[in-house]
Amino acid sequence: MSDPAAFETVRSSLDHCVKCTICETSCPVSNVWPLFPGPKYAGPQSERYRVPDEPSVDASVDYCSGCGICSQVCPQGVKIAEINAHAREKLRRQQGVGLRDRIITRPTWLGRVGTPVAGVMNRSMQSSALRVLAEKLLGIHRDAPLPKFAGRRFSHRAHAHADGSTPMPGVGAPESQEARRRVVYFHGCATEYYEPWVGEQVVAVLEHNGFEVIIPTQDCCGLPLQSNGLFGAARHVVLKLAQTLAAQLQDDETIIVGNATSCTLMLKREAREILSLEDDPALELVSERTYDICELLLALHHSGELKTDFRPIAETIAYQAPCQQQGHLIGKPALDLLKLIPDLEVRELDARCCGIAGTYGLKAERYEIAMAVGRSLFDQVQGSGVTSVACDSETCRWQITHGTQCPAAHPIHYLHRAYGLDESHRVDAQAR
Amino acid sequence: MNLSLDYDAVVIGAGTAGLVAATRLAQAGINVCVLAKGIGSTHLAPGTIDVLGYGPEPIDSPREGLAALLSARPDHPYGLIGIDLVSEALDWFVTTAAAGPFDGYSYIGGIERNLLLPNPLGVLRRSALVPATMAAGERGQLRRVCIVGTPSLRDFQASLCAANLQMAGIEARAISLELELEYPDVNALGVARHLDDERWRGRFCARLAPLLQPGEHVGLPAILGVIDPHRVMNDLEQRLERRVFEIPTLPPSVPGIRLYEILRSALRQAGGRLVLGAEVVSHTRSGERIASVSTRASGHYVSYRADWFVLASGGFASGAIALDSHWVTSERVLNLALEGIPAADEPRFRSSYLDQQPLSRAGVAVDRGLRARGLENVMVAGAALPGAAPAREGSGEGLALSSGYLAAETISATQDPRKKALT
Repeated sequence: MSDPAAFETVRSSLDHCVKCTICETSCPVSNVWPLFPGPKYAGPQSERYRVPDEPSVDASVDYCSGCGICSQVCPQGVKIAEINAHAREKLRRQQGVGLRDRIITRPTWLGRVGTPVAGVMNRSMQSSALRVLAEKLLGIHRDAPLPKFAGRRFSHRAHAHADGSTPMPGVGAPESQEARRRVVYFHGCATEYYEPWVGEQVVAVLEHNGFEVIIPTQDCCGLPLQSNGLFGAARHVVLKLAQTLAAQLQDDETIIVGNATSCTLMLKREAREILSLEDDPALELVSERTYDICELLLALHHSGELKTDFRPIAETIAYQAPCQQQGHLIGKPALDLLKLIPDLEVRELDARCCGIAGTYGLKAERYEIAMAVGRSLFDQVQGSGVTSVACDSETCRWQITHGTQCPAAHPIHYLHRAYGLDESHRVDAQAR
Repeated sequence: MNLSLDYDAVVIGAGTAGLVAATRLAQAGINVCVLAKGIGSTHLAPGTIDVLGYGPEPIDSPREGLAALLSARPDHPYGLIGIDLVSEALDWFVTTAAAGPFDGYSYIGGIERNLLLPNPLGVLRRSALVPATMAAGERGQLRRVCIVGTPSLRDFQASLCAANLQMAGIEARAISLELELEYPDVNALGVARHLDDERWRGRFCARLAPLLQPGEHVGLPAILGVIDPHRVMNDLEQRLERRVFEIPTLPPSVPGIRLYEILRSALRQAGGRLVLGAEVVSHTRSGERIASVSTRASGHYVSYRADWFVLASGGFASGAIALDSHWVTSERVLNLALEGIPAADEPRFRSSYLDQQPLSRAGVAVDRGLRARGLENVMVAGAALPGAAPAREGSGEGLALSSGYLAAETISATQDPRKKALT
């Protein structure tokens, strides 16, 4: 149960709605799915009829994928997506949350269980018979893009690296500790269990630019729980993470940097607004100090502090900014960074959404919608003749590769290569 | 850690004025970033470019109307822009639209003659430029017309439109066509998405064709697609064997969305940046200059330093200019000086809602070149300008386009903005 008083600041923004319909024009779901009447109807309009302790008025709000585009485009500052997240939570509470949604919202459990038996898990996920079974028993769509376990955890090697005992691939020995600025690295669950190389690239690029990178032991940010309406568990998880990260922010200068744009958005804003945690001091500090890796690097470049010893990469790639990255409200810093790399031709894609929205597109009853949402992006990728797609968010990368067969990588992958920090020159994407 | 971003120019607002200014700056090689609280007026307006329609009598030629306006009202913002520049901006826009993201979709018209086209009430309104999808609705071409509505689209009443067209001397009738929809209620954008689908379009035409009479043009609400409108129109004209045209609707405006996409695409191609959801909440000054503005991003504020700023954040409608409960009128983004506010002993408002409201002429005080008075590096464009009455004059989009264009000209005329900034 959310705190009604804390939610009231978000909710009261609906009074600014002038019914201009701009949110509806930009909603990726209502664009392709007529049964979702759109963010204005489901949000500011229906919200007026939602009364505490009375049943939810409209089940159609559950089609909302939580991408957040409606709030970004609203010219009046109405917190449409946040209002809808609350409405979804109320609906979920009323209907009950099933086994599937209790499993897929726990990346830490999944990672700990799956990592030691990665080979078996990965083969199982490729077995069509088992996937059909998982669809029937759990409701995870048989074709949905599930990530492969890396079989190792990012933090294990990272902590050894920090001790100086084990080198990380592409990362040189730490330089002298003098005059180095500290950053706390929030790597998120996907880097920990599925794509540890992304974390290694982030650390290498930061150290190349003279940062001391602190990697505290950390767990999930709670975003999957939040987006599936499990607010109580999400609060518990995010506050625990906030405590962990805040403990590293003793001075005024240290910031937190992350590569998972939806998880950093959770820390920056969504946990506070959607989970009504505005008053938690640790989360407030973490929220103010959290930066997306590309946001930080571009700001460094603008102040002349980013190393630009980039080697050419003679490739043509596409860039797609994920919805949750756009929710940072900082534009597309990755695009400007990629353009610094000599010979790299970057085609900016302008489709709204890939459809996956975290766990939304994994669900048997939502898979078709997610694929319909992603169709225009998939068409753009396939029509662009690129060799890979740069995209900041891991679930979007998996969905793009699923929809196009084109490999996808975090923008940091290209910067890491252009710095000459990686000699393998290969897109480490999970092609399916 | 003190992080800020550096641009040659920052444009505030993503309506027509802001997007035009930013695109022109980017085309001049200036590193520009647009900061906007959200999407602007484009999605709410008809998608036409109305330069000057009424003065207050109907105006046939915008060029002649502007000449008369400027001699009678030299303080009008068009007086600071000038007729030649309005004409140049219109030409630029026509070229930009034709090269835009919609194959074959173009604008027709110009500064010499106003086009008369029906609005959803069936009243003929005056525009300098209109999308070619509206061309067959032009008064000169319109003798017999069938206005087609649908019960699903309650924002567009075909019978009302047709009845008013009849009063204007046009042989008009209305029909209502049930649409194949999954949901009983839909807006113009919803129908436009369906018409982009070739098979749906085929079935739509097959049901509409038998209801039409020989020699009639077909007037539809503006629903001819948001992906490939030129193709949708051509396809409808071939299948129905007659001219077809769009009539603007209430928001969401499909031609307005296309206009936004045309400008956004031109900005992107020219290398400009656009940040939506980025409300400017504070700024720093250095003498007679704005040094930086800050937006409220997620979690923290982001500071944008620039040599030039263009304020294109709109007027009262967007909330960028506001009257508070103490009867104080202010510009809320950069706190710039206003002019045109009625004196204490003069009325601010008139009793009828549709009257020209005296307060609505308030706007940011500017000098020649649209420079904000008292500031060296701030230009003002669009509805923030004082002295105009866009709704009465039929001048909103023309002012937005030409003032955005001029603001960019003023900045790019300084050649090397960075050197200029140092002097």
